[in-house]
Amino acid sequence: METYSKLEPKNNPFTTLGIHFFLVLVSITCLFPLLWMISSSLKTQETIFKDMSIIPRSFEIGNYATAIIKGEFGVAFINSFFYTFSVIIGVVFISSLAAFAFSRLNFPGKNILFYAFLAYMMIPLPGIFVAVYVLLHELGELSKQLFDVKIIGINTRSGFILSQIALNLSFAIYLLKTFFDNMPTELEDAARIDGCSKFGVYWHVALPLAKSALGVIVIFNSLTIWNEYLFASIIFNERGLMPLPVALMKFQGSHVTQYPVLMAGMTITIIPIVIVYLCMQKYIIKGITAGAVKG
Amino acid sequence: MDKLYDQKKLNFKSLLGNYTFILPALIMFLLFNVYPVFLILKLSFYEWDGISPLSAMKFIGVRHFIEIFTKDKLWWESVWHAGIITLLALTLQNALALILALAVDKGIRGGNIYRVIFFMPPVLSGIVIGLIWKWIYDGHDGLLNHFLVSIGITRFEHMAWLANPETALYAVAIIHMWRGFGWGFIILLAGLQNIDTQLYEAAEVDGAEAWHKFIHITCPLMIPVFILVSILTILGTMQIYDLIVSMTNGGPEYYTEVPITRILASMQGENRFGYACARGLVFGGMLLILSMLQIKISKRLQKNL
Repeated sequence: METYSKLEPKNNPFTTLGIHFFLVLVSITCLFPLLWMISSSLKTQETIFKDMSIIPRSFEIGNYATAIIKGEFGVAFINSFFYTFSVIIGVVFISSLAAFAFSRLNFPGKNILFYAFLAYMMIPLPGIFVAVYVLLHELGELSKQLFDVKIIGINTRSGFILSQIALNLSFAIYLLKTFFDNMPTELEDAARIDGCSKFGVYWHVALPLAKSALGVIVIFNSLTIWNEYLFASIIFNERGLMPLPVALMKFQGSHVTQYPVLMAGMTITIIPIVIVYLCMQKYIIKGITAGAVKG
Repeated sequence: MDKLYDQKKLNFKSLLGNYTFILPALIMFLLFNVYPVFLILKLSFYEWDGISPLSAMKFIGVRHFIEIFTKDKLWWESVWHAGIITLLALTLQNALALILALAVDKGIRGGNIYRVIFFMPPVLSGIVIGLIWKWIYDGHDGLLNHFLVSIGITRFEHMAWLANPETALYAVAIIHMWRGFGWGFIILLAGLQNIDTQLYEAAEVDGAEAWHKFIHITCPLMIPVFILVSILTILGTMQIYDLIVSMTNGGPEYYTEVPITRILASMQGENRFGYACARGLVFGGMLLILSMLQIKISKRLQKNL
């Protein structure tokens, strides 16, 4: 980062020190609760109320085994992983196909459709979960009549995955369409002249070139889906299907004071996100600021 | 238009091919976005318990809306609670975000590390954040009271912050702001870094004080960013849910109920799906009006400056 100063000709060393003091103080409040959670996850049920130190006297790794097996957070972790992965795959393919069409292909009703997607992104719909629940309920009944089994509906994996794909499509389509619009077409033209089909151009040329935009979509969706609670909590009522946040709420509802195991479950929940965040923070921050400064 | 694939008039076959590109998106959009919106609009005028078949629902006209606007005290209290948290977030949280952004924008060392740390709470699950703080706030085993006693403040020794009607809402609001200031910080910092430094240099040549530069250069140029941050704050805070459900679940009594918990309560608790939809519609309308007002104000402000 450059060291020019915007507000003062020269930074007074005392001012700089004061600013650092303030920034460090805020940083500590950001990190301390997380450290406290990790520290508590290593204490035992007996020591947790007496040992108020941040570095526990003994490390009780067993809490994690209890959380994963007895607390069923292992199953929930796999569920969360599966849901996040499936939704991302769905969003990436469906949105990139549509964005390619909106940017490069011609068909009647194109603009109206694109604005419909945009409008959906802009208009706040706080009650939509009620309607999605009703829809899934209906689809479940329909599927039972047609196929004798619930291939979609309340309390099914597909119901959650499909509704989450749909809810996150608009933003991805918007982002990718803007990206394709600003992308030079030379390579695509060359592929076209070589006889590549529309789908071939999309698959072999446009999609690989859109890597950075796809990266932003993958990262943001993984944060959103991994942390999603509201829809998951109304769609799933079977323990074995629940993703981590719902499993955490269920666990703390029935084992109120088992703090060490609960904290272990919470630590398991945030580890993948913290890793993704630390590795990808440049893109995350870039994605937000690009969207924010333009919009 | 030269970027379009098809330059000449489309024949039927290639038109069909073009439509297949948007078909998956269109199906998802119609099924999970458009149909639910119609369902909300329709259900708001019907009585339905969510158990009997959809065909058995009863048309009742605008009775749900009359009930919301005349009788539903609990609903308006929940809107008021979310409103209080929103006002606090708009002022305190965004002020903190702006101060931090200004501090880091001064070209301070380690700016990027602070940025990574400040944006840590927003990327984590609201449920996890809520459950950590619920325990820290706990009256008996909580770290907060333990800490207060250890520094000599014994007044709150067994204070259950989240179970006390006077403190519960503010205790949740503080965590909401703690969790959210990183968003404002990142966006405001990007805005500040977008300002041309030559403007400041020119002002310095004219002998402007730091404060004057802030008022006459930074503020006017930052208005669109301020508006964006406040719209995001309002939309995000009014729809607060994860923290409420993990920290208080609306309690004690109804002191921390918010609109989303009320919509859920009429859907799951009372099995009144029509009423839940009506509440959702009223709330969505309010949010839409709020954000349009903000955009109007921003346009007016920019014209005057």
